[in-house]
Amino acid sequence: MMGWLASKRMGKWAASIFAVLCLSIGAYAASGAAEKPGPTIIIDKSRAGDRCVEDTAFMRKNHMKLLLHQRDETMHKGIRTEKYSLKNCINCHASTKDNSVIGSDEHFCQSCHTYAAVKLDCWECHATKLKSVASATPAPTASVGDEKK
Amino acid sequence: MNHPHQDQKNSSPAVDEHRRNFIGGSAALAGITLAPSVMVYGLAHSKPNDEPVTNKVRWGLLIDASKCAEGCTDCVTACFTENGIHLPSIPPKETDPQWIRKVELKDTRTARTQSLPVMCQHCEEPPCVDVCPTGASFKRADGIVLVDKHICIGCRYCVMACPYKARSFIHEALTDQNPDVPRGKGVVESCTLCVHRVDRGEQPACVEACSAAGHEAIIFGDLNDANSEIAKRVTTRASVQLRADLALNPGIRYEGF
Repeated sequence: MMGWLASKRMGKWAASIFAVLCLSIGAYAASGAAEKPGPTIIIDKSRAGDRCVEDTAFMRKNHMKLLLHQRDETMHKGIRTEKYSLKNCINCHASTKDNSVIGSDEHFCQSCHTYAAVKLDCWECHATKLKSVASATPAPTASVGDEKK
Repeated sequence: MNHPHQDQKNSSPAVDEHRRNFIGGSAALAGITLAPSVMVYGLAHSKPNDEPVTNKVRWGLLIDASKCAEGCTDCVTACFTENGIHLPSIPPKETDPQWIRKVELKDTRTARTQSLPVMCQHCEEPPCVDVCPTGASFKRADGIVLVDKHICIGCRYCVMACPYKARSFIHEALTDQNPDVPRGKGVVESCTLCVHRVDRGEQPACVEACSAAGHEAIIFGDLNDANSEIAKRVTTRASVQLRADLALNPGIRYEGF
């Protein structure tokens, strides 16, 4: 008799705890949907096409490894395949406004790196614009800048 | 003008090649084990993008000083344009980068003057590579001496070690780089023999500019390829290496002075 009562009481407790949990998760999910933290990544499909050189999830996690590997292959062995090259990244991901991948939090590289607080030092040496991109789109100032003095 | 010749290297006690030979021997052993996997391609100029450079090729320049026009700086300008280097400040600053420069020679007895371009000599035994503490200064398999700026810490040992004063240190932040030629503050750089063009099968910018100016004073080619124009020229005509007494075997050769 006592055992049955105890288990019934326990059941009530469990049910109420479950209900509270559900409610709080629901509330959290609702608030998350309204103000989901994260960078605003703008990709222009007209320039970038439908997909990256690898899956999006893979690229988010591993793009730096691909770039590091390609960097050494190109620098030391002269292997200049396009697929994982930094130039290829810019080719697709440069903003259609100014053909650059950095400059503001709306630019592809900078948007994520600002959010993740990861220092981005590729662009201290590498060009943020491509000659071909600059000349292919009507951006006279950009193409002049890229032509080099 | 006194130009020491290659055969002086054996008589000079200053260069101890023992260490070089020792290291070279180990490298050769490594080469044997790697050799089967290396694809041999017929035409060096059209290396496929996905294949590494090999030591079958030794890129070099032959500069004919007798054809080099005094006062002409087309090669220097072309180098600056190609590599995204801003033209020297006016007045020039000591910190201006300099990948290639025109040197005026004057025979003090006859007062005859000549000029010729001097750039990184792409040595077979580069002192800059010997002294580099990080491995940033390196020689590619095809003989082109480069700085891996990702690894360079800007210590400038190589600048001091180079007998040709070929290297520059970048003191200020740069913008608007050429996409093919990344350059930045805090690292050392020098003539790359326009490696990005060479890998595409093109000639260095200075060579092209010299031809365009009608001087044809600079020839680019593969010193290992007996059929190349440069190899034919160096085997049939007298040419010298600058500071041949150092036994560095530069890939840049000079003739006509």
